[in-house]
Amino acid sequence: MKRRAALVMAVAMLVGCQREQRDLRLDPPVAAALDQVAPTANGIGGAPPDVYVALGGPYESNAYNLGEGKRLYTWFNCKGCHADGGGASGPALMDGWWRYGADPVSLFVSLRDGRPNGMPAYRDKLTTEQIWQLVGYVQTIGMASATTAAPSRNDEMQSRPAENRAPAAADLPTPPSR
Amino acid sequence: MALWAALFLAVGGAGRAEDAPGRAPAAAITPETVRGLRLVSTFRTGNPQAHVASPQVAGDRLLVFTPFPHTLFALKVEAGHLRVDWTFRPDGNRMVEGVACCGLGLPGPAVAGDRLLLNTLDGHTIALDAATGRPLWDVPSAAVPRGETLASAPLVAGDRVIVGTAGDDFGIRGRVAALEAGSGRPLWTRFSTGSDQDVGIGPGFAPFYDRDLGRDAGVTSWPPGGWERGGGSVSGTLLHDPELGLVFHGTGRPAPINPDQRPGGNRWSSGLFARDAATGAARWFYQLASHDLHGVSGTGPLLMTDRDWKGVRRKLLIHVGLSGYVYVLDRVTGEVLSAEPFVPVNASRGVDLATGALLRSDNKTTRIGTMTRDVCPSLTGPVTPGGAALSPETGLLYIATSRLCMDIEPRPATYMQGTPFTGANLRAKRPPNGSLGALVAWDLAAGKPAWTIQEDLPVLGGPLPLPGGVVFYGTYDGYLKAVGARDGRVLWQEKLASGIVAAPTFFTAPDGAQYVSVLAGQGGALGPSAGLEVDARDATAARGLGNVLRGVPPPEDGGGALYLFALP
Repeated sequence: MKRRAALVMAVAMLVGCQREQRDLRLDPPVAAALDQVAPTANGIGGAPPDVYVALGGPYESNAYNLGEGKRLYTWFNCKGCHADGGGASGPALMDGWWRYGADPVSLFVSLRDGRPNGMPAYRDKLTTEQIWQLVGYVQTIGMASATTAAPSRNDEMQSRPAENRAPAAADLPTPPSR
Repeated sequence: MALWAALFLAVGGAGRAEDAPGRAPAAAITPETVRGLRLVSTFRTGNPQAHVASPQVAGDRLLVFTPFPHTLFALKVEAGHLRVDWTFRPDGNRMVEGVACCGLGLPGPAVAGDRLLLNTLDGHTIALDAATGRPLWDVPSAAVPRGETLASAPLVAGDRVIVGTAGDDFGIRGRVAALEAGSGRPLWTRFSTGSDQDVGIGPGFAPFYDRDLGRDAGVTSWPPGGWERGGGSVSGTLLHDPELGLVFHGTGRPAPINPDQRPGGNRWSSGLFARDAATGAARWFYQLASHDLHGVSGTGPLLMTDRDWKGVRRKLLIHVGLSGYVYVLDRVTGEVLSAEPFVPVNASRGVDLATGALLRSDNKTTRIGTMTRDVCPSLTGPVTPGGAALSPETGLLYIATSRLCMDIEPRPATYMQGTPFTGANLRAKRPPNGSLGALVAWDLAAGKPAWTIQEDLPVLGGPLPLPGGVVFYGTYDGYLKAVGARDGRVLWQEKLASGIVAAPTFFTAPDGAQYVSVLAGQGGALGPSAGLEVDARDATAARGLGNVLRGVPPPEDGGGALYLFALP
């Protein structure tokens, strides 16, 4: 009886460990399909690819992908312009104010194709999957509501409240005029 | 052509010396009369960014140069009123906003007789007719896709125009070029890194210190290929001494900031060059910091003066260093005569005058993946390129200072053309004692301040010493202040709509009326070190300034407004 209970508990614990799926390598057709966003004519907003919806928006809700996005954010020099979201030569990403849209498709287009006021295109530097991972992470920087998924903790200099804390954009400043 | 040459010879070469144009001929503004200063006119530029270019005087016109996208306004003062005489709007490459490290502003044009020589942020050098604003020629001087911008005004040296590139944060290979003033035709280009031939080092090169010798040191003091993206921008003051036929310029810090990615002496970054104005050949070099760990950079103010130094008449070069020291050099030989700190410094213990070496503090070295705390001064620098001026009347050097320290944590940097090549997490800190800013009146001979005025926030606007014994400067919280040049007593102040991040200007109208003009316009909450969209809840925002300027209320309207003050 005792042994049986222990076995049930062990199985339950093992099942409990299964939190989410990590795809270390996307199927090439899926990766290609993920590039097929349909932005509106002005490049702001639009429809995500069908496969993105079918997968359930894995880049906003999957901790592994968010963690990868966080690494890419440092590795691909995003920090040099946007700091840890507070901005420097580039605009802040945590102030709740987006020049070119805050939805995943707008962010994907910003990263892939660049934007006219200084944002370089990362088309030739990152894979489609990496761009989506960055999109997911960048959204957590300017998070206005709490989510269940968060990237890994910050091992570097403490700069701002962590992504998994209460909404960072609780007290939004007035949008700047340009 | 010969006429042009003669013209340039006649007016060029003043640089930022004590006889710089725009100085008051008479001494109507004195400590006694300054209290009567009244606002007579204002002019809005319509640009919301940080206005770091001081108003400039060109004949009977007052020039106002806005940040990118640029507009150059030529204003005339008629009976106390400002009237726009002409405007010039160069076409701009908006992509440059992504490779401008520190705001979108830069100093306005150099004035050469009836011509203006203008540098734009997006890399154009343009000659204009001063009477009409009509462009005469327009040549590319910096390549934006490579991360290059222009951050300083051109220097007119005889019939040449000298232009240096900026972009240490983007891993450029710094260079300085001479153009023919009449046509814009390139004459010579010299780099801050690379082979001796590229750098302009030949038989005439005679540095004062032996450590600055060595064949192709601009290649061998770098890891393989590191010099090709090694920084060393020529983004600070350029200075011309027509008597010696020399051009002086600093070289920026080595790129990236992470020192472990660039083992070696990193020549010829973070130093000062004296070059032959005619050929660009290097005459001497002094490296302020070999293998720079803290962003020492040679881009601080450069000034020249001839003085008695310990009983001997010498031609001096003053460098207000981003390392926190006022360097006094012999500008003929490159010998360092004195180097004393004007802000809190702990990154180094001083300068060894026998070897010229900066003596580093062992406990403030920086290493990849390691946080070094409370390093003073901060990498953002204690002074801006226009932040120092000499007064021939008092002999004092006035310095507008930022008194900041930092926590620095180098991290790996990846070079990708046109993206930042920095490699450090930075967080600015308050200094161990005192305030975040000060106006310092520096006694060069004594190597210490004659007096200091503490300000709550970094001082980026000024100084302007006038012969009558008054120094003007502007504060980050929007005050234009007039203080006694000898004692630092505050004589007069006026609150303006926005923070002041450019030096005020003295101006005499054709009718003899004297004016003090100042351009207010700090831009966003963190001023010229960032754009408008900053969020200081991130401590690393604007290269760490977010950490100390958090809570400073943003201006209601940070855009540019020119104020004109006059005595009744």
